[in-house]
Amino acid sequence: MSGPSTYQPKTGFERWLDARLPIIRFSQEHLLSYPTPRNLNIWYTFGGILTVFLTTQILTGIVLAMHYTADSGLAFDSVEHIMRDVNSGWLLRYLHSNGASMFFLAVYIHIFRGLYYGSYKAPREMIWILGVILYVLMMATAFLGYTLPWGQMSFWGATVITNFFSAFDALIPGLGTGIVTWLWGGFGVDNATLHRFYSLHYLLPFVIAGVVGLHIWALHVPGNNNPLGIDVKGPQDTLPFHPYYTVKDLFFLSCFLILYAYFVFFNPNLLGDPINYAPANPIQTPEDIVPEWYFLPFYAILRSIPNKLIGVLALFASLITLFFVSWLDTSAVRSTRFRPLYKQFFWMLVADVVILGYVGSQPVDAVLFNTPVPLVWLGRLGTLYYFLHFWIVMPLVGLIETPKPLPDSIAKSVLAAAPAE
Amino acid sequence: MAHSQTAEPTRRDFLYIATAAVGAVGAAATLIPLIDQMNPSADVLALASIEVDLAPIQPGQSVTFTWRSHPLFVRRRTPEEIAAARAVNVAELIDPLARNANFPENAPATDDNRLTPNVGGPAGGAAQPMEKPEWLVLVGVCTHLGCTPEASTPQAPQGNYGGWLCHCHGSQYDIAGRVRVGPAPQNLAVPPYAFLSDTRIKVG
Repeated sequence: MSGPSTYQPKTGFERWLDARLPIIRFSQEHLLSYPTPRNLNIWYTFGGILTVFLTTQILTGIVLAMHYTADSGLAFDSVEHIMRDVNSGWLLRYLHSNGASMFFLAVYIHIFRGLYYGSYKAPREMIWILGVILYVLMMATAFLGYTLPWGQMSFWGATVITNFFSAFDALIPGLGTGIVTWLWGGFGVDNATLHRFYSLHYLLPFVIAGVVGLHIWALHVPGNNNPLGIDVKGPQDTLPFHPYYTVKDLFFLSCFLILYAYFVFFNPNLLGDPINYAPANPIQTPEDIVPEWYFLPFYAILRSIPNKLIGVLALFASLITLFFVSWLDTSAVRSTRFRPLYKQFFWMLVADVVILGYVGSQPVDAVLFNTPVPLVWLGRLGTLYYFLHFWIVMPLVGLIETPKPLPDSIAKSVLAAAPAE
Repeated sequence: MAHSQTAEPTRRDFLYIATAAVGAVGAAATLIPLIDQMNPSADVLALASIEVDLAPIQPGQSVTFTWRSHPLFVRRRTPEEIAAARAVNVAELIDPLARNANFPENAPATDDNRLTPNVGGPAGGAAQPMEKPEWLVLVGVCTHLGCTPEASTPQAPQGNYGGWLCHCHGSQYDIAGRVRVGPAPQNLAVPPYAFLSDTRIKVG
């Protein structure tokens, strides 16, 4: 989408540098003059917000690593040392732990925005696939990081999640146990496990940063999608990224940071589990093992299936499904704005994920409010709809639905007095 | 391009393939130590065994010890509990195998097969496992995803089968440690152990 470069080096130094390392030209093309559809709404600011949170997590993580000790006998105390003794340590740790939650909140909004406006459709399949890879990397990083404080939930969360792989014993006896022992480096989650988790937790954010580079590279080939889902037809449909979208991103980033600051300064432990302030005890499982809120829908899918292997496979399948979304959607129209039938299913999917999250947060034998309906049945319905949505509803609705007429161009739609909807 | 236009493979084709093959083998060989270093180290593998004094354990009581970094359940069963465990029809179990390191792998999950035949003791001799049916020794790791199940007591039964309930995902085990309600796929494992005397066992 970026045409021939308009960059003109002005000074002698710039000309010298441009012939050797055209970094100013690159920044000018991709950060300043980059042509962006003029109708992007606030839901398009979350890519920028996510970049800021990746940076925040890496910065706070690097300084926390200066005080943390990855040894099963010392890890818990070193985190308390950070909280009580290290200058501003409490702030850095709360920024890091709540930053993870904000990171996931932003990524969920970013993903559902992509689903709503059809940003996964041709020619943007690679952006979507790289995005799913980023999401999986984020989940791995968050899981590894949650183990490091070596509290009760750290220990048992690590035990349960690594045990997912033991389900493969049902396919080839010994395979699953072999993988789990290899992951642990012992007969259980122990010192060797903590050391390697720390090493990988430090590594993965830089892998994420690399894939983010690819994600943005892939984005800058076809350019941004937009709320209308129609292609940019000419310069009248776009605005330069700077100052229009730098300012818009900055404004909504500030709004989002207010929420972040609320958690960090006023309610820093709301999103965490209090049991994680008890040191890890390998012979006592807490009453309820609950993952962090951002994993709850997947946890509900796992628990809704009474067979171990199938439950674990369903959990993996719920993520793998996302890789195929670009081809499962058969509609020629990108934006859900113009898809009256699909719009209802989209909101059902949002509700479904929220319901699955609620089911995942409750004890395994809980009932629906005060009725005798076991909550696990709600989880089963939710799991069923999750897979139906992607594998049946998406292909089918695209074939039978009559979309609303699309506007002629972004410029016309923006300049029309009446709102597009 | 360097490739020959003829159908016959050239000397250069051979060199390409040979170089790639040697490179692939070298890369694979380099990966082996990088992957293998994550397996349990020698000090972890040095198998630990523990001895447990059974004398203070009262009938109906379940005590947890640590063995190879896992919880170890030692339960002294009451006569009613033994009768209940023996009354179970093995054919109806989710996992019909004993999962007992002291028996062959294909032993059925009868209550006797969940105990140990190694009851030598000071008198020695060919004692049968049913001679000490009150002692049940289990690895306290739920076979679903590795949580520690909670033991029933007369005051607070856990689950409907008088044995253990795993709070993580709701699996239930009976008073012989056999899984009765999923999602756990297998009975709780019985570790290798032997009676050193009437009131002392060695596990591992």
